[in-house]
Amino acid sequence: MLSRVASAIYWMNRYIERAENYARFIDVRLTLTLDLPEGTAEQWDPLVRTTGDDAVFAGRFGKPTKENVIRFLAADTDNPNSILSCLSAARQNARSVREIISSEMWEQVNRSYLTVTDAVSSGRFMQNPQGFFAEVKMASHLFGGITDATMSHGEGWHFGRLGRLLERADKTSRILDVKYFILLPDVSDVGTPFDNIQWSALLKSASALEMYRKHAGRITPHQVVEFLIFNPNFPRAIRYCLIKGEDSLHAILGSDGGAGQNLAGRRLGRLRADLDYADIGEITAQGLHEFLDNFQAELNRVGDAIFETFFALRPVEGAMTKGDIQ
Amino acid sequence: MQFASYDPENFYDETFEDRGRPRPGCTLVMEKIASLTDGEFKRRQQAAERVLLDMGVTFGVQGEATGQEHIFPFDIVPRIVEASVWERLERGLRQRVTALNCFLQDVYHDKKIIKDGIIPGDLVASSKGFLKACEGLNPPKGIWCHIAGIDLVRVTDGTFYVLEDNMRCPSGVAYVLEARQVMKRTFPELFEASRVRPVDEYPGRLLDTLQCLTDRPDPTVVILTPGTYNSAYYEHSLLAQKMGVELVEGADLVVVDGFVQMRTTRGLKRVDVIYRRVNDEFLDPLVFREESLLGVPGLMDVYRKGRVALANAPGTGVADDKAIYAYVEKFIRYYLGEEPVIPNVPTYLCSDEKDRAYVLDHLDQLVIKATNEAGGHGMLIGSQAGRREREEFAGRILADPRNYIAQPVLALSRVPTICGDHFEGRHVDLRPYILYGRDIHVMPGGLTRVALRKGSLVVNSCQGGGNKDTWVL
Repeated sequence: MLSRVASAIYWMNRYIERAENYARFIDVRLTLTLDLPEGTAEQWDPLVRTTGDDAVFAGRFGKPTKENVIRFLAADTDNPNSILSCLSAARQNARSVREIISSEMWEQVNRSYLTVTDAVSSGRFMQNPQGFFAEVKMASHLFGGITDATMSHGEGWHFGRLGRLLERADKTSRILDVKYFILLPDVSDVGTPFDNIQWSALLKSASALEMYRKHAGRITPHQVVEFLIFNPNFPRAIRYCLIKGEDSLHAILGSDGGAGQNLAGRRLGRLRADLDYADIGEITAQGLHEFLDNFQAELNRVGDAIFETFFALRPVEGAMTKGDIQ
Repeated sequence: MQFASYDPENFYDETFEDRGRPRPGCTLVMEKIASLTDGEFKRRQQAAERVLLDMGVTFGVQGEATGQEHIFPFDIVPRIVEASVWERLERGLRQRVTALNCFLQDVYHDKKIIKDGIIPGDLVASSKGFLKACEGLNPPKGIWCHIAGIDLVRVTDGTFYVLEDNMRCPSGVAYVLEARQVMKRTFPELFEASRVRPVDEYPGRLLDTLQCLTDRPDPTVVILTPGTYNSAYYEHSLLAQKMGVELVEGADLVVVDGFVQMRTTRGLKRVDVIYRRVNDEFLDPLVFREESLLGVPGLMDVYRKGRVALANAPGTGVADDKAIYAYVEKFIRYYLGEEPVIPNVPTYLCSDEKDRAYVLDHLDQLVIKATNEAGGHGMLIGSQAGRREREEFAGRILADPRNYIAQPVLALSRVPTICGDHFEGRHVDLRPYILYGRDIHVMPGGLTRVALRKGSLVVNSCQGGGNKDTWVL
């Protein structure tokens, strides 16, 4: 598979997953607002901070009102990570590999983009944000389903899944961070009905509430964090993402590909192994936010290694170049 | 929707012999359309447009903000070509492509046709499409123009003429394939009832044509595109998809160890045949335009050594030159000893003193075209132009006579086209596609372009043209 094509499929998936997760971020914030005590409801800046784009936001919008933040994260064409920008980038990538992906996949990406453009230009995204975010999430699910059902599960598909899962692992860690930023656990609140409502809202935003209930029953902060980080079976849990991502990386490298000698394989393998052997107690001792911060940095290094290994168009030794003009 | 008020006027109408009287091959379709209520007809037209939007069947317009895409305007009333008419066209197209290929081989080797005084040597040498670097080239199997698109027009008495030859990178075939898909969804009942010849085998035929250019078993074929910002990118991608081959950009290819190779996730892989949609002058910065980022350094060297095949061969652009076009009937007589089946439009060469004097005297009755332009650019329709525009063109002709030709203004045939709540006649042309591989294959159909503006004769997509499905019966 062409390096450029592999890269486009990987990024197309990352962008779609990113758009979905931005919808989840804002959705969890909107839901939490409903139950927040007076005074805290106006705090929208923590949400921007979790995306890591707070400096850009401050420079462009200034005051973090609800409208500004939603506009910045959902509809701002100057924010490369906004939902609109992500779907536009996903579509650009899809367009450059239309001959590789299935027509159904392309049509879904194209339709999602047109839907979001329409919601933005009509102002619908602001009038009914929850409805809009539900559409964005559904568009991403549809894309995932269509991809699995219509594209051969070969190298291209594995690059797509790898991109999607790495993006999701990063974003699940950030959804956990939203809780951290919004309410630094106030000792007096822990275990109160109020705290429980918030944790269940967070689970809901990760589409995890029902699966969590089956797994653990009662909602406790420890178990929620444990579920979203360590569960090997829940598809939005970080560990699940790393296990399946590693499977895809191995499939790409082939049985003789020597995942052990490969930089991307080594880094992803180590990160996955760290989660295999860590436990919630260690994370609590270290501090959840610090743990997540460190995890995100390590995950970025995996992404860098994937770029270096598969996508980077480096000069080829012995290739003819423009310098060869006689 | 009714045709009662439809008036063919004084043009050749492809669908109606006379007011209210469809041509024999068109009866079934016209009856079907007439049987639909206005609302139902509009619903089908809108559904077709929706499908095109969802499929992303778009083209970019050059000169507009980069990446701007437009839906190709599409009209669901088909253009119908009867079998007997098509049979003759097909014969004429084979003949023409054969003669043009002979010309290309000759003009880059022995130049017999020049020595025999059929065409002036300086006319060939001064053509922008004539590439010195291609002299002595022997393309695989002796074929230069593997994929040709030849523009035909029909005039008031029903005669078809060749308007233009496109031997470099003729585009538009993707719209033919997609238009057919959309029409099958729009009028499934008509496809069952009438025997429309299929166009869907084109990608398979194209792949055969490309594969036959190499003797390597299981060859690697790629399409080379300038990239997503090219106005025909959609087509490049569609053809790659339908043929199941890689779509590559210049940066994906490198010349290593004397072969063209593509960069894959598992290292380099040798490429055997390149269907290139990049123009000649951008193909190889070592030979042609040095600043080109679209091509592959060293490509021409590998090509000359016969280690990669290019379709079409570089250098075919000389046959697209509108001044060379004027000689194609002579090529047919010279190389094949036959009379042309489809005539040329009478053409005045401004490089010729006598012709030029006539052209300058009759600017208001002629179409002036720049010999190296395409897409309806550099063109003046004298009868529709103002005095100042004509004078400006006269100046251009005098400054560079070699670069201009003139032809009479043709009353192009028309096809009923939806205009709001009724049908009106709109002018059309027809671009069939011809594949030249082991043998010559003419796709049964082609791109029918429609000048959507009332009275307009310009069918190019970048100038307000749309398209229709072409049904060969």
